[in-house]
Amino acid sequence: MATKTFDLYNLMERGNVLLAFKGTVTSDLLSSVFQIMESKMEDLNDSPATKKKVFNVLVECLQNLYHHIDDFDNENPILETTRGDKKSAIFSISRHEDHYNIVTGNFIYPKNVDEITSKITHINSLDRDQLKAYYKEILGNGKLSEKGGGGLGLIDIAKKSRNKLGYSFKEIDKDYSFFTLIVKILKK
Amino acid sequence: MEDLKHEGSAKTPVVEFSSNGELFLKGRSIPENSIEFYKPLIEWLESYSESPNSTTVLSVQLEYFNTSSSKCILDVFKKLESISGSEITVKWHYEEDDEDMLEAGEDYEAIIDLPFEMIEVEEI
Repeated sequence: MATKTFDLYNLMERGNVLLAFKGTVTSDLLSSVFQIMESKMEDLNDSPATKKKVFNVLVECLQNLYHHIDDFDNENPILETTRGDKKSAIFSISRHEDHYNIVTGNFIYPKNVDEITSKITHINSLDRDQLKAYYKEILGNGKLSEKGGGGLGLIDIAKKSRNKLGYSFKEIDKDYSFFTLIVKILKK
Repeated sequence: MEDLKHEGSAKTPVVEFSSNGELFLKGRSIPENSIEFYKPLIEWLESYSESPNSTTVLSVQLEYFNTSSSKCILDVFKKLESISGSEITVKWHYEEDDEDMLEAGEDYEAIIDLPFEMIEVEEI
């Protein structure tokens, strides 16, 4: 255990991780995380514009996670394969020489893989002006879902981060896949 | 009618809607459930629209807002847009280096048929 903990420490240290979390994402947890990140970034030697952008994108990434984890019903809360809680998620924020990375990972139903893929592929195919127009279109026409997500989250993340969204899926078993989103924000 | 006041928190903005036509939204708007937060604002505007002041100025001074709030803020603008009998202006503030916030204001300006004033400030 001690070795594994040290390995994990080294992995995070080498990866310049500012904050990492694995577990259930609640509204209270997000409040704490936002608070911690704000005070951590305050001490860092990055421009106010960078800090602001990172915080903005972070809020969107983590709330995206929060809203989508809610999609699961309460049946079979335990994943058989990993024996973990399917509502559990992982995220990390790391700071590098010229950029920040925000990575999130959560379980999804395999039937949603295609939808997410086509959504991200579409977003990534757009240049900056097209992305702005797309955002405006969804903002003007779209309805807000009960949970508060309006389908704008990923578009906003791509628009603000000024980068293509990185993503991958891992098939866990017949019932679940694991979705990873990687967002890179260049420092200003 | 009574003024609407909300103190603001780590995730919600300060709200000061006064029947004299001065409306303020200031701080950050990043609640997970923004519909719940904005409902009283929409309802207040609904009552206000029955006998509005001759001029109405909504001053938006937001540091951050999430996409969930962006739809609700649009609803606030739409409600204002529907008010007749008042000269309505939106003052959209953004910090000098915050192009995302300026862009967000321009998006609303393009969707909503109200005069927007873009105001650059040093700090919100």
